[in-house]
Amino acid sequence: MSDETSVGAVDVTYRGIFQKNLAGVITKELVKAARREDKVGGTVQRYGDSPERNGIPAKQFAVIADDMDSLRVEMTKYEPENVVVVCVMDDTLTKGVESWAWYGVRPINLNLAPGGTLLVISRRSPEELLHWIPRRTYDWNLAVMPGEPSFGGLWVYNDDGTDYRTMGAVAKVTGGLVSLDSLIAQAGSAKDGDLRTAQLREGYESVQMHPIGAGVGAEDAYVPVEMPGWTQMREGLVVPAIEVGKNNTLFMKYTTRTTRPLVKFDACVKCQICYTVCPDECFIPTPEGHYDINYQHCCGCGICAQSCPVSGCIEMVDESVFESNEPLHGVFESDPAAYEELRAEKVAQAGGANPHYGIY
Amino acid sequence: MTTTQETAPAPEREEIITGCDAVAQALRLLDVDVLAGYPIRPYDSVMTAVSKMIANGQMDAEFIVAESEHSQFEIGKHASLVGARAFIGSSGVGWMYGMEALVVTASLRLPVVALVGNRALDDPGAFGVEHNDAMMVRDTGWLLYWVESAQEALDTTLMAYRVAEDKRVMLPCALSMDGAFLTHSQHMVRVPGEDTVGAFVPPYDLGDRRFHPDNPVSIAPQFNEDWVMEARRQSDAGMRRARAVIAEATADFHRVFGRGPADPFVDTYRMEDAEYALIGMGTVGMVGKVAVDRMRAAGKKVGFVRVKWFRPFPQPELRALLRGVKGVGVVDRDYSFGSNSYGGVLYTEVAAALYPEARRPVLVPFIAGLGGREVSVDNLLQMEETVERATADGVADLTCQWIGVRGPDEDPRDEASTAEGGAR
Repeated sequence: MSDETSVGAVDVTYRGIFQKNLAGVITKELVKAARREDKVGGTVQRYGDSPERNGIPAKQFAVIADDMDSLRVEMTKYEPENVVVVCVMDDTLTKGVESWAWYGVRPINLNLAPGGTLLVISRRSPEELLHWIPRRTYDWNLAVMPGEPSFGGLWVYNDDGTDYRTMGAVAKVTGGLVSLDSLIAQAGSAKDGDLRTAQLREGYESVQMHPIGAGVGAEDAYVPVEMPGWTQMREGLVVPAIEVGKNNTLFMKYTTRTTRPLVKFDACVKCQICYTVCPDECFIPTPEGHYDINYQHCCGCGICAQSCPVSGCIEMVDESVFESNEPLHGVFESDPAAYEELRAEKVAQAGGANPHYGIY
Repeated sequence: MTTTQETAPAPEREEIITGCDAVAQALRLLDVDVLAGYPIRPYDSVMTAVSKMIANGQMDAEFIVAESEHSQFEIGKHASLVGARAFIGSSGVGWMYGMEALVVTASLRLPVVALVGNRALDDPGAFGVEHNDAMMVRDTGWLLYWVESAQEALDTTLMAYRVAEDKRVMLPCALSMDGAFLTHSQHMVRVPGEDTVGAFVPPYDLGDRRFHPDNPVSIAPQFNEDWVMEARRQSDAGMRRARAVIAEATADFHRVFGRGPADPFVDTYRMEDAEYALIGMGTVGMVGKVAVDRMRAAGKKVGFVRVKWFRPFPQPELRALLRGVKGVGVVDRDYSFGSNSYGGVLYTEVAAALYPEARRPVLVPFIAGLGGREVSVDNLLQMEETVERATADGVADLTCQWIGVRGPDEDPRDEASTAEGGAR
């Protein structure tokens, strides 16, 4: 915690359903540990989120303060301020965060306080991650804790130690918003206290900090949506429809995706089923009767892959191996063999297609 | 919206009909497109009347009898949304059962008109009038009106569509009518000729909000904290503008029909030099006027004020009328258990309306006529005496008196409540 303020927030950015309980455990345990230091705290589930949807980016905050007044101010906000650390529970979230009911794809580090730390659980290098993370106008830190994204479910908790390792890393990178000792004391009171303690220490020791200067990182394309006043809004809760053939530019959904459908166009029998079943109208008919994919609006639900009657034609492939949302049919059109090579390479890079069709 | 056409007084005919029949006549004159209904006494007489007119070929409308009030109100809402002039209605707990649909009709700014045949809320099952049913929408963006006579029921139905459908307002309007005394009693009513009504109420036009394949829009999406307040402010603006629209419509009513109320918002009786006043709503106004005549004959300077539009509430009128009055009794035919001075809803509203005044009259709350109990002239004389006494004694915070209830003012077995009541 910095000197000039007595309140700090830990932002846990996670994927809906898969990591909802994980975020809950991390934030709550951080607050409990802080209570051992006579600090006060609480957690805030960002209310505009809808974390009961597969993979949708969502946030839960732990707010820790020295005094009740500072805590009260932050606990009456949807997004507490003075975020000293953002924990990124899946590194593909660094591509951007689009909440269910907020507007536009937001940079992963949008609300990070100057001098704060973006803590990413990843096997990637800082350079690779900075390819996706937008630059800031101030200095900040990128911390990487080696690990895979821990995915569970609403009713099945993935007890793989990611929770305690992350808390240990938070103690390290915040320089004592909550101390490692308090976390260990808190963990010691729980079942499997020794195991938790070991996980806390592992996180504390494995995390690597990298100072990032102002202006370093990917281009920041985020433009806040301009909200109309009450005299500018149409009356009667009327919203103009999106024109047929167009998509909503204010709600793109792609940041929800953890796997994406990849089409083997030369296996396609042009049955139109993917086009019909896609709930987000992401399939674009091509002149020869194939269906290209609008990856900006694809949330990776996998219904297309499940519905495709041709084995191996639409496969769900780990999102982290892709760099952009550009449609891919153009590559196929110009050189079918090169496309097939690219497709096979991506599938291999991802360790094979996801047998769960994107749905956990 | 102004009606420019200068029309000679309409060729009216007098009929002896109930308040519900009078509303049905208005609906025929208005050429209402869609009526939805679900029977519950006492409002359902309007269903009977409308059915007969449709069967007799006097009226051309879709009349849909739903399987519940909730569906009935939803049908009205959706009909209004596609550009149909729609009518719904209910009574008592039927009105309550459809509350969700009523609330969304208001927030969607759809000018549906409803008849509430006021009825006591269950339990106990009772048919008699209480105003609590209609009151339940008072905070939700419904225009709300209480009529005193069958004639006023007909006239106000015309007025309700005119005001609700005005582009500056676009809010639904509920017309409240005391069960039994208006819904099931036949009164002398002058029914206007058809040609005149068209000059008073222009065709319903929802404009670019009309839900139609040629106008692709989403209605009522999920909104969160970054939009809701703006939408509420829009409804608020509609309600604020309603006052001017009501005044304009009332002036036009005079022009088109050659008659109409003196004041759009309140019905005042012998208030010119009044030192004391009674305030009420609905049919209490009938006996209220008789009571005032008797007290005036006995040399007392007493007047009666009947609140007509409850939303928008006539605060400017009440402030002006009661300025200089010494004591005021507010007669509630409703209850709001545990509210200020244990009075009813009208009392609290009147008290709040007068608060900005530098010199306020002594205000005494009364509850009377619940569950359809008759409110007599003697009841009102008794209330006025209580007001005069409180004023003379300088008691500015008299706890609500129940008039016409069997038993003592306080429960002698309940020392604590007696002590508290006495201290106030």
